[in-house]
Amino acid sequence: MGSILRFLKLCVLEPVKSGELYEKKAQIKLDNEKKSFEIPKIEKKDKGSSEEKKRKRRPSKEWRCIDSCCWAIGYICTIWWLLLFMFQCLPGLKVPEPPGTRLKREGLIALHPVVMVPGIVTGGLELWEGRPCSEGLFRRRLWGGSFTEIFRRPMCWLEHLSLDNETGLDPPGIRVRAVPGLVAADYFAPGYFVWAILIENLARIGYEGKNMYMAAYDWRLSFQNTEVRDQTLSRLKSKIELLYVTNGNKKVVVVPHSMGVIYFLHFLKWVEAPPPIGGGGGPGWCAKHIKSIMNIGPAFLGVPKAVGNILSAESKDVAFIRAMAPGLLDSEILGLQTLHHVMRVSRTWDSVISLIPKGGETIWGNLDWSPEEEHVCNSAKKKYQQDFDNNGNNSDSRRLFQVQEPTKYGRIISFGKIVSDLPSSQLQTLASKEFMSNNSSSNSNAACKGLWTEYDEMSRENIRIIAENKAYTMKSLLDLLRVIAPKMMKRAEAHFSHGIAENLDDPKYNHYKYWSNPLETKLPDAPDMEIYCSYGVGIPTERSYVYKQSPSGRCNSIPFQIDSAADGSENGCLKGGVFFVDGDESIPVLSAGFMCAKGWRGKTRFNPSGISTYIREYKHKAPANLLEGRGSESGAHVDILGNVALIEDVLRVAAGASGSELGGDRIYSDIMKMSKKINIQL
Amino acid sequence: MSMLRRRKGSAAKKSQNSETQLDENKEKNDNHLQEKLNSNAANLKGNVNCNLKSKSDEKFRKKWNCVDNCCWFIGCICSMWWFLLFLYNAMPASFPQYVTEAITGPMPDPPGVKLAKEGLTVKHPVVFVPGIVTGGLELWEGHSCAEGLFRKRLWGGTFGEIYKRPLCWVEHMSLDNETGLDPPGIKIRPVSGLVAADYFAPGYFVWAVLIANLARIGYEEKNMYMAAYDWRISFQNTEVRDQTLSRIKSNIELMVATSGGKKVVVVPHSMGVLYFLHFMKWVEAPAPMGGGGGSNWCADHIKAVMNIGGPFLGVPKIVSGLFSAEAKDIAVARAIAPGVLDIDVFGFQTLQHVMRMTRSWDSTMSMIPKGGDTVWGGLDWSPEEGHECNAKKPRNNNMQTAGPNNGTGNSTSATGVKYGRMLAFGKDVTDLHSSEIERVDFRGAIKGNNLANITCRDVWTEYHDMGIGGVKAVADYKVYTASSILDLLHFVAPKMMKRGDAHFSHGIADDLDDKKYEHYKYWSNALETKLPMAPDMEIFSMYGVGIPTERAYVYKFSPAAECYIPFKIDTAADGGDDGPCLKGGVYSVDGDETVPVLSAGFMCAKGWRGKTRFNPSGMRTYIREYNHASPATLLEGRGTQSGAHVDIMGNFALIEDIIRVAAGATGEDLGGDQVHSDIFKWSERIKLKL
Repeated sequence: MGSILRFLKLCVLEPVKSGELYEKKAQIKLDNEKKSFEIPKIEKKDKGSSEEKKRKRRPSKEWRCIDSCCWAIGYICTIWWLLLFMFQCLPGLKVPEPPGTRLKREGLIALHPVVMVPGIVTGGLELWEGRPCSEGLFRRRLWGGSFTEIFRRPMCWLEHLSLDNETGLDPPGIRVRAVPGLVAADYFAPGYFVWAILIENLARIGYEGKNMYMAAYDWRLSFQNTEVRDQTLSRLKSKIELLYVTNGNKKVVVVPHSMGVIYFLHFLKWVEAPPPIGGGGGPGWCAKHIKSIMNIGPAFLGVPKAVGNILSAESKDVAFIRAMAPGLLDSEILGLQTLHHVMRVSRTWDSVISLIPKGGETIWGNLDWSPEEEHVCNSAKKKYQQDFDNNGNNSDSRRLFQVQEPTKYGRIISFGKIVSDLPSSQLQTLASKEFMSNNSSSNSNAACKGLWTEYDEMSRENIRIIAENKAYTMKSLLDLLRVIAPKMMKRAEAHFSHGIAENLDDPKYNHYKYWSNPLETKLPDAPDMEIYCSYGVGIPTERSYVYKQSPSGRCNSIPFQIDSAADGSENGCLKGGVFFVDGDESIPVLSAGFMCAKGWRGKTRFNPSGISTYIREYKHKAPANLLEGRGSESGAHVDILGNVALIEDVLRVAAGASGSELGGDRIYSDIMKMSKKINIQL
Repeated sequence: MSMLRRRKGSAAKKSQNSETQLDENKEKNDNHLQEKLNSNAANLKGNVNCNLKSKSDEKFRKKWNCVDNCCWFIGCICSMWWFLLFLYNAMPASFPQYVTEAITGPMPDPPGVKLAKEGLTVKHPVVFVPGIVTGGLELWEGHSCAEGLFRKRLWGGTFGEIYKRPLCWVEHMSLDNETGLDPPGIKIRPVSGLVAADYFAPGYFVWAVLIANLARIGYEEKNMYMAAYDWRISFQNTEVRDQTLSRIKSNIELMVATSGGKKVVVVPHSMGVLYFLHFMKWVEAPAPMGGGGGSNWCADHIKAVMNIGGPFLGVPKIVSGLFSAEAKDIAVARAIAPGVLDIDVFGFQTLQHVMRMTRSWDSTMSMIPKGGDTVWGGLDWSPEEGHECNAKKPRNNNMQTAGPNNGTGNSTSATGVKYGRMLAFGKDVTDLHSSEIERVDFRGAIKGNNLANITCRDVWTEYHDMGIGGVKAVADYKVYTASSILDLLHFVAPKMMKRGDAHFSHGIADDLDDKKYEHYKYWSNALETKLPMAPDMEIFSMYGVGIPTERAYVYKFSPAAECYIPFKIDTAADGGDDGPCLKGGVYSVDGDETVPVLSAGFMCAKGWRGKTRFNPSGMRTYIREYNHASPATLLEGRGTQSGAHVDIMGNFALIEDIIRVAAGATGEDLGGDQVHSDIFKWSERIKLKL
């Protein structure tokens, strides 16, 4: 496996390197060209040679310059090939045995069919109908794969990936659809695995196309719209039924990842709901067809990152666009307005709204309180240890330290670093009505028309008021979003809800917009089903932001940006304007683990049939050296799909094991303590 | 090269920032100038070798020179390559089309665009059923030699592995000799989704053009479905091993449900036609053996079956393929890499390896000609007799040559070619009247074991069990018709046929209500099954005509070296001017290069026309023939009016028909039958109880 990884990496690197070579070569060429101009003169002065010599020299001079440059290229190429050849010939260095092989020796074989539900961004999208500028791209991937089209025709690419601003569906004349099948999300880009390693290991114990299914969907759409436009949910239902029947009435094991988790939550409700809105599977459908749901990196309660993304298109978010091409969004390939474009496109994607933190202040904390407040960031720990060493056995130091500076994670957005620390009494209180009413005046500028984001319709005055208001908790943040992006929120709030249900039996909760919010739905009646929350821990994860007003008054600027100068002094949780907590780099532990740790644990109102829940945490361990690629013990949001321990768990469950046979909970973080602090009626 | 230089020149003008570098370079250059000039001058004269007269101190330089030259050469090629690649990438996508149009005049609108303008939109979901060979296969589990190929295509795509590890490839592609299923430790599975058969190899389209055109009127993944299956195994085994039939059933039901109750239009191609025939019986049969869909399933879910190039009654090619691994067969494999099978990539035994591999594929047996002598003709008779092979010649020209032919007393022009004799040993036998042929029955012949040679063990084909006696007996029988070919195959390949007989049948039913016809082995034979009760369903037979198609063979004994296949096509047998139908040992008739018209058209022309015992509900059938016109220029690629077996999938007229039906038209709306060949005349001659 390691060797495969390495090879893939080479494949990725190769074009890059040859690109570099190209540049170097050009440089050499330039130099040589000059030489060839210069040299004849020198010789004439020096020697005044005979005609015979001249004839000889003239061709030879020309020969020389091309010669040397070609020589250089050839030399580099040859060495490159030689190395590549040697690399291929090398017997794979000691590759650790993949878990699939080991478990096969233990006697595990394919039993339950496996359904994989990819998350946001990781699924490929391909073009089915486009504008003239996209000619030749029919059925090619616009998203996923090599992304070459971003560079070749960026505007065209953005246009095709955007959805309609009003409906949240395709713009007229453009059809971009999800790639179906396992190829949809096995590799995100060449060499960048998502599901590939899990698939490979499943195959080792006997899985194949007939008992694995990738429930690919268009992750840009709101969940219910995937059914409206593509009938994706019906398809998934039919596929699960088929898998169930063709594999000897074995229930399926569902493995959703990231946003796929709430997508599948939506599916669970949809499939049992009566026909016009739902799938009409009847109340026993889930109990009959599903053995367990192994949520990987679940975004149950949302992701704070999404907020930053919506507000200023800035967080490192929606996973790895930036990780893949760090310079891409910041450089100016799209003119000066890269971020603007990105914002415009991503704001048309309803699904992003599904990731806004749910549960309001009850879950995410208010101005003065947050469930994670006792969290000790890594750097702080180090500091503390130093203190400890210096001061000897002063056991009080830690307690003091924390009492003095609990990070106020509840303030998800605060304008200015000072605000993030002030006690709430000194904060200006927010009257959301106030800026709502001011909203009418507009400074929309004719020159900016081409690049409309909803900010252009807001006056500077409004923006100032927003910034002055200083600190926003989850509750006021939603109001804020409604003000700065009214159309987006209007569209999205028809599809998603972010509250906590008072009374789950209220008939309004039959509406599909509540289905993807675990705090506003009941789990299906399926006492034998099992729910796992598997996620990585040990990586600092964005939790709240320090913002500032961005200076420029030009139309192409987003009025807010993260104050990257805000750095924590003693408490290391603040870095570059972002407060961190424990998590898997994208999703904080709280969001991933709370439902399994408390919300659904035992018989609660959210889990009326008492489905058993298990928490499986995987401690992050960065790969020891470059040869390991993305590591086999990673806890990062996407890389965890290559985590050996996680793969083993999935394989065991697929082969028939239950949660208690895996060893029940496996916890490294403070999730239980945090959950206890959350006061929620169960 | 000159282009490169120009580019560099222009680049140099732009940059003027390397003054200091230049100076350094100058100094260096002065030092080395003389030496290099000398050596390079020598190069220019063409002396790349290092054998110039020399002194010891110059040796180093000369060696350097050699490497230098190599590197120079590589560098040249590389930069050229990059430059071209760069140009190619920078080129707008419409450029090739622009060039084509500049040369050949404006291209007609693709049918999808044309019909979209007419206002056609998506109506019925479309199901594609690919044929043999065209579907991709990928590796899920393999022996150690196949490491790193997990989920890579072994069949389809670039076929790179054939060259890299031929024996490993053959081993993985073969099936178990006894069961016809996977050998232990190997799992090859069909690729799923539209990608399974849109392109067979890069640039070699199969379904891609049709898919693209359907997409123009609004089709997409959700209402198109590629029913990919493992085309190597027998039809019922696809269900046993992969549950493919259940999968197809479930997908069709899903598509009907999600598109508001619109029935599907099924488009099978080549062997897919038989596969779908099997499916239609399977889906209505009761549960353990069948799909349990009930007797109305087809009527409820299928609007039309549009068979493309369907070998309803089998393909003569397959006989020679099974018999001697020789026909140009299994369609595209050879067309794509004509040399592969003939050169010695596997050592000396290429053909044997191929034979061993293909004989392990049950599906090939589904295409052995069906219906025996009744359909394919006896010793002295065949439905196609009187066929003019030289179709390209104008009629009056033929009349002129007819005179001298008769004068020589040759009987061919009078009675026509005796196509009924599908295999004949020696050219002379093919023309003789049946009473004049001495035949020795081979069936009782004892198979010797003296040929079984230990050295051949690794390329075992069943011929090695036959011995010289058996081989000779086969050749002594001289002439084989469609029904005796079955006996012949039973004789030469008993194991394969035993496996095959459990899954396929090649006869004609006397009484279709006989209980035995409920067995699945009859389901893919159009002459032994009834069509489902679905009076509203329509069946189309669409195929190309106008290409000579293999129909009968002249064989000879091949020099009996130990490990060889003992028979081969007598390529020296040529009809010359009097018998243009015979060429290189092969008699050809009209067809689409693979499937003769008779096989593709008979069922729709006669067998199912009206209410017959094969078609009890009287569903309507239509014949749509497409006359072959080869592409005018190379730029057109495989042409838009081709009638060839696979290339017809890019035929605009055919695509238009399919789109119209998918958008709701009936066969009548298309204009009913469209016939260019003599299919009706030929069908008339076949005496079959209806």
